[in-house]
Order: sequence, then structure tokens, then C-alpha cells
Amino acid sequence: MQNAARESLPQCQALKVLGPAGLKASLASMLLIRAFEERVDQLYLAGRTRGTLHLSIGQEATNVGALHALRAGDRFFSHHRGHGHALAWTDDPRRAMADILGKSGGFCEGFGGTMHMADVKSGFLGGNGIVAGGLPLSTGVGLAIQLRAEDAVCLVLFGDGAANEGALHEALNMASIWQLPVIYICENNSYAMSTPVNRSINVETISSRATAYGFPGFTIDGNDFLEVFDCVHAAASRARKGGGPTLVEALTYRIKGHSRSDRQAYRSREEVRRWQEPDRDPLLRLEATLLHAGIVDEEELSAMRLRASDRVDDAVAWAEAAPAPDPSGLLDHVYA
Amino acid sequence: MRELSYREALNEALVQAMDADPDVILIGEDIGTYGGAFGVTRGLLDRFGTGRVIDTPISEAGITGACVGAAISGLRPVGDMQFSDFITLGMEQLVLQGARMRTMFAGQVKVPLVMRLPGGAGTGAAAQHSGSYENWFVHVPGLKVVMPASAYDAKGLLLAAIDDDNPVIFCEHKLLYNTRGHVPEEAYREPLGVSRVWRRGRDLTLVATSMMVALALEAADQLAGEGIDVEVIDPRTLRPLDETPIVESVIRTGRLLVVHEAVETGGFGGEVVARVVASEAFDYLDAPPLRLAGKDVPVPQSEVLEAAAIPQFRDIVRDARKLARNEV
Repeated sequence: MQNAARESLPQCQALKVLGPAGLKASLASMLLIRAFEERVDQLYLAGRTRGTLHLSIGQEATNVGALHALRAGDRFFSHHRGHGHALAWTDDPRRAMADILGKSGGFCEGFGGTMHMADVKSGFLGGNGIVAGGLPLSTGVGLAIQLRAEDAVCLVLFGDGAANEGALHEALNMASIWQLPVIYICENNSYAMSTPVNRSINVETISSRATAYGFPGFTIDGNDFLEVFDCVHAAASRARKGGGPTLVEALTYRIKGHSRSDRQAYRSREEVRRWQEPDRDPLLRLEATLLHAGIVDEEELSAMRLRASDRVDDAVAWAEAAPAPDPSGLLDHVYA
Repeated sequence: MRELSYREALNEALVQAMDADPDVILIGEDIGTYGGAFGVTRGLLDRFGTGRVIDTPISEAGITGACVGAAISGLRPVGDMQFSDFITLGMEQLVLQGARMRTMFAGQVKVPLVMRLPGGAGTGAAAQHSGSYENWFVHVPGLKVVMPASAYDAKGLLLAAIDDDNPVIFCEHKLLYNTRGHVPEEAYREPLGVSRVWRRGRDLTLVATSMMVALALEAADQLAGEGIDVEVIDPRTLRPLDETPIVESVIRTGRLLVVHEAVETGGFGGEVVARVVASEAFDYLDAPPLRLAGKDVPVPQSEVLEAAAIPQFRDIVRDARKLARNEV
């Protein structure tokens, strides 16, 4: 999988829209997600996290490419594997870490944890523990945007597993008949827990389903930041002009197990290693592209890696020092 | 006095809410030209247009999700479930998303939606079109559950439900749509969480909901002729429940009978009895509190079977009499 975009960076929408500084910020976001998730994995292994854990390692290009293609005023729904989305959007590892450690001061004050981060005012409408849960919700957000004639879009992320939930059918059909400004991003990371995609669907691509609803669907290289950005940016532009929904299937790979209980008996170490090689790893690929284009140099890249690691150190220290939620507030949010 | 049917009262509430607030929209199956499965939304499409009276495909999870998504975006959607039974297809969106979202996100969102559920038996529609599901929702923190028994309360409670910043499950009864009663023209609100004492009495407290209220009042009239003085209380809102008038009533009467159409096991009657027994009214009880509710069976189609499954007027009279005469 050679990265064609590497040679054609000047033609990328990503460069035009983000500029060199923006591209560096996106790479920094991907580095932060990687460092954050590796630390969270360690914290889990050390017994310092509660509940389950779904890590984004390997999917950073899709996480950041999709969300950095949006702009202020847009909204999005994340899913159960959502740390990367939270970081790509908010760039706030302290709050994300506080949620994971069950502390106060995070996004959801000890109520949500790893799967339910949200920063509603900024347009981050939340993670979800139900794999297709955000899809019908996005219909309502799209309706509201359309009824108020807002210049905004709603993006909803979900996995390949969620592509087989009935909720997806209802949501995509409704969005199509009403031409809602909704962009569906299927992060096809090759496995729904242990079940490979090719045993879950009997067509070549998940994106081909868009045809049945009457709107465009694309299958793209989800480990290529530039391709993800360009595709989502184009879909958002179309939606803003009243062009209706788009289904984007971003092919990627989950490097870690599904969750903390996963012994990964369904795949070989060799397969995982293959996805970590320089031609597939999303970080290494964007780094190489930006180096090649002269947007960063090796020295700057080292500093960026260090900074990501430092920010995660800081987040852990900050979150560990944060107070536990106050049980006297247990019932505070049940009713408005 | 101005009289409207329960159906007309609901329709008027929707019109007044939509006139007053452009954020109020309707989402459901066949609510436009058809006017809703039971005619409640008749005329609204012409008045408010397709942007605010949104006909949907047959997609109950989609409708419910659209309502939740619109609500967290600042609109005040009123969803229409056509038949209460069909909310089972939207339960994930309603319960796991709509009801839980505000707490999961530590209060970052409000979910001001109303989901209208036309429910209840009595039409021979059998087990998938006759259910009373109110207590499923009573069990969900984050939801409010409203169940009007009269045209007057239908209008006032629907307007209050639309004003409310929380997801409100609005349980209507199909057999009530044609019942008529006094309904003022102005846009009045009946507050959620306030019981209505329909009739004062000394001998027995009869708590009834929805269709059972009218039957309870008839039963009270008949029993009055036998010298049994029945107090009839309608909670109107099952969650939050205004239990104070019930507890105070039982302190005076010493006897409690709860009547509802939903099946008895795990039903709302258990909640009322538990709260009364755990209250200061316990010491005043002269007899065990009784429940009279739907039999533990899916609602059958045949008229005789259906009538046997659902509390009837004569059953209420029988149980109330038994209780008043200490024959339990």
C-alpha cells in the first residue's frame, strides 16, 4: 500500500485547508493519541483503571483526519473506541485521563468514563457504549441543523460491527430521504471484536451499501491521514450545500485487542506486525509525508514526539491529583 | 361549558404549543395527511408544514433517535409511536440514549422530548397492539411518565410535558380518544408530578390510572348506594409520583385498592402499595392493600377473553366492596 498522496501533497485539500502549521497540528494530535493510548494500556495493566477499555492505536489517521476536516459549529458522535476522537477534537488529555481514571475534572465527572466522554458545547456530542447508538441520534441533529438552516454538518463515527445493526438502516434511509447534512464514517478496523469483516458481510465493501440508500459511498485508506481528510472534507462541503449524506468506509486496523478481556486468539501476531510496518502505520506514514515535503524535519519530529509524551505524563499526574467525584452529587443530573 | 374530546384536547395542545414555540416539532409515522393513526395530529400538516410535521418511514428506532438528537440540539420534538407497543423497537434509543445521556455526560445536555404512546386494550387488536407499558418507563431514571385520564388533563399535561426539559413518556389510551369533557380554550398547564383527587371518600382509597379512572368513578357511584364511600385518586404522573395525597387518604380510610390495566406482576400497583406500606399510613391500615390489574397474559383478541384479561367495572366494584367489608 504505497502512499500516493506522499508524492502529491501539494494537490491535497488537506494542505490547502490546514496549511503546513495545520498539518503539523494534526500530526501532533495523532502522536498524542498514540502516546495517550499506550499509557492508558499501561495504566490498565497496572490495575489503575476500572471497567473496560477500547484503544485507538492504529486508527489515529481516521480519528484525526475525519475530525480535523470539520470546523467550529459542526457536531459529531463518537463510539465506544473514542479516546482518539476526544483528543483529536478537544486536544485536552487531562480531562480525557480524568474520565478514564474516574476522577472529577474530566468531561463527564465520573459518570461516563472511557466510553462516554463528551464536550457538548464544542460540538462533541459524546461517545457511546452501543455500537450503532449514535446513528439514529445523528438524524435528529441533522434535522435540527436543516430546520434552522445552519451552516453546519453532523458527523457520526462507528465501527464495522455497527454496520450490521438495524439502527444503521433506519438512520441512513431517513437521512437520505430528507437529504440531511450527516456524514457517516465507518472505521472498518477489520474485526468486530473477534469476527472478521468478511464473515459479517457478504459484499465487498461496507460503503457499497450507500447505493441502496441513494447517496455516495467511498472506501478509502483509513491509515492515510490525507486521504481521510480530503474525503471527509469533500463530503462535508457537499453536505453544507444541501447535497445530503455520505458514507465513508475508512479501512484501518486495530493494533490492540478489542477490550481488556481480549486474548486475540482470532488473529496472528504476524498479521498485527504487518500493520505496524512503515507503509501501513498511520503515524509513520504521515511523518514520512511531511518529512518528504519539507514541512517538518527529523529534529522537529523528535521534539513533537517528546512533547506528546510529556503531555501524557502531565495528564496522568493531573488526573491522579484530581479529586474523586463527590457522591453527594450522585443524583444531580438525572433530571434537568 | 366548552367540551372537547380527549383527541381534540391533545390536538389543541399541540397546536398551541407549536404556535407559541417554533422549536416544537412533530416526528412520527403517518402524522401528516393521515393525521396520525388515531387522528390526534389532524390538520397540523396544513397549519405548520412539512418542516415541523415530519412524516417518517416505518422506523421506530429512527424516530426515537431523531427525537433525542433534535432535543439535544435545542428543539422540542414530540414523537408519535402510532401504537405504544412499537416503542419496543425504539427502546435502545429512548432508554440507553435519551434517558441516560444527561447523567452520563454530567449534565451537559437537556433532552426535552415528549414521546406519545397510544396504548391500552379494548379494541380487539390482540397482543401486539394493545399493551400498557407505562411501568417499563417508570423503572428508568431520567424519564418522566405521564398518563392522562380525561380530556382536560390530556391538554394540560401535554402542554406541561412539552415545556419540560426532560424526556417525557406520554401514555394515552385509545379508548379515551372519543371521551369528552370540559376543556378551556386557553393554553393552561397541569403540572407534572401532581396527583388529582377525583372524589373524596371516607371508607376506601382507590388509586386508578388512565381508562381505569372513569371505571373507578362509576364504581364509586354504585358503591355509594351501598353506603361505601370511596375516594378516587389519579396520580396522572407515574414518575415522579406525587404520593402525599395517597398516603394522606389511606391514613383517613385505612384501605387501599390500586387499579390499572397493565399486567399486575411488576406493575405500578406494586410501587404504590410499597410506598403506602412504608409510610406513616402503615399504622392506619385496616386491611391488606389490594391490587386489581391486567392478568398476567398477552392481551387476547376475542371480546370475552380480552374482557377477562383487563379489569372491568364489575371487578372494581367487587374488589372495592370486599375490601370495604373486610372480606379479604
